[in-house]
Amino acid sequence: MGRYLVRRLLLTVPVLLGVATLVFALIHLVPGDPAQSMLGEGASQEEVLNLRHALGLDRPLLVQYRSFLSGVAQGDLGTSFRYNTPVTRQIREKLPNTIELALAAMLLAILFAIPLGILAAVYRGTAVDHAAMTLALAGISMPNFWLGPLLAILFAVRLGWLPVAGTGSIWHLVLPAVTLGAALSAILARMTRASLLEELRELYVLAARARGLSGARAVVRHAFRNSLIPIVTIIGLQFGAVLTGTIITETIFAWPGLGRLLIQAINYRDYPLVQGCILFISVTYVAMNLLTDLTYGFLDPRIRYD
Amino acid sequence: MVRVGLAIVLVTLLAAAAGPALSPFDPADQDLARRLEGPSLSHPLGLDELGRDILARLLVGARISLMVGIAVVGVSSTVGMLFGSIAGYFGGRVDDVISRVIDVLMAFPGILLAIALVAVLGPSLTNVVLALSVIGWVGYARLVRGQALRARELEFVQAARALGAGSRRIVFRHVLPTAFPAVMVQATLGMAGAIIAEASLSFLGLGVQPPTPSWGTMLDAGRSHLFDAPHLTIFPGLAIATLVLGFNFLGDGLRDRVDPKMAR
Repeated sequence: MGRYLVRRLLLTVPVLLGVATLVFALIHLVPGDPAQSMLGEGASQEEVLNLRHALGLDRPLLVQYRSFLSGVAQGDLGTSFRYNTPVTRQIREKLPNTIELALAAMLLAILFAIPLGILAAVYRGTAVDHAAMTLALAGISMPNFWLGPLLAILFAVRLGWLPVAGTGSIWHLVLPAVTLGAALSAILARMTRASLLEELRELYVLAARARGLSGARAVVRHAFRNSLIPIVTIIGLQFGAVLTGTIITETIFAWPGLGRLLIQAINYRDYPLVQGCILFISVTYVAMNLLTDLTYGFLDPRIRYD
Repeated sequence: MVRVGLAIVLVTLLAAAAGPALSPFDPADQDLARRLEGPSLSHPLGLDELGRDILARLLVGARISLMVGIAVVGVSSTVGMLFGSIAGYFGGRVDDVISRVIDVLMAFPGILLAIALVAVLGPSLTNVVLALSVIGWVGYARLVRGQALRARELEFVQAARALGAGSRRIVFRHVLPTAFPAVMVQATLGMAGAIIAEASLSFLGLGVQPPTPSWGTMLDAGRSHLFDAPHLTIFPGLAIATLVLGFNFLGDGLRDRVDPKMAR
């Protein structure tokens, strides 16, 4: 396990370096002068030169790259052009809201999808199975930027049960969490069904039934427990999709998190803040994938790098 | 399910092709006096915030969605197949370099990199296709690399090599065709992904720019009228979800046929 851990960690280093390099390159992909683009056409030459200097764009590319990497390594992601505060502070302020939303969405998805997947597997080939899987496919196909407004129309506008946007109470969390969790829920339900079906075919389940265990007990006590590894893996791997999903969900429901911060930064052409948000989300995603891989390796000793 | 998927896709293709013939209204014609009017006999899907016919705009939007999907899948699959087969067939350093690039690009979750690229390049249809292709090719490359690794050990490939066939001929004539069925499945599901991604970017204001009608921009415009005109949100979303569902049905069905183990 120790060797696996070290190798897996070492493999992550070039990926992180590649991610940082791409994020660094972003500002240099801006057509024309990034400083001019941030300030707008009306800016004077002096203002543009000052901003170029402040952003370090007047230095040689290699020096900029080295300085960017060393800043990142020390947790310095630069200064926001719009807020004139460190990018890390902006991220730190919005992060708790995004984590709250992402966790609520994942919890809702798990609570809904796993029983649905179990039902579909146990009643395989029946109307229950078809209904559950059609619902899951609809969940995958339904974009969150449509589901969100639809839920808002129904539960906030028509019925008036829930607030349409913003934060402040647990009720504000319901619509964004359902919107964000729907796709994950659909994927999890399909995965639970597939994984459980594999286990239900195993001889030990038949043996458990032969010993007199009820069908439900054989499913829950034996098959489901063993089918959990791929399900847990999917939950970990889907964290990235949930993180990206927050960008749209937070925009729809005016949820003051990292995703909304990123879109606002894009609208204001606040490139340092855009770079910071992209880097932060990507590194979190890489870390989550690493954690999932390590957990998988720990849970299933057959998974090892040769 | 394959038939349902195929029917949805074909109907959308036909509707997009027939476009103006199906609606007597020009998608750009404004009737401000009747703005936000709900569905009626003359305008079956109602009018938008500028009094434009929503059906006419949806039909033009279908063209954009399908065009983006075809362009993204075309570019991504071509580039992905090329790099994937080179990495898998030649192995060694070439494989290492291509695999590391794939690893880095896959380290970006979902369409985050596309959002970042469009944010810096500027919002436009071309940049959307470019950004989605930059993230799209890696999936095909990884898939084809795996197939090529397997194919190079197959007897007919070794026989071709023994007969003196060059690497290019082996890759294009023998290795790549073994990956086609899997690529077809990925491309069908990729159409759904590209359509959703384009609509997401347009919804965020980073894709197709008004007044060009795109399903994503139409949804974005509807957001301001959830209270007074929900039909602005309902119909474009329904169009996206139905088309995406169609491609997902088709892709799932094709996968079951290509890989019978997947059929349950």
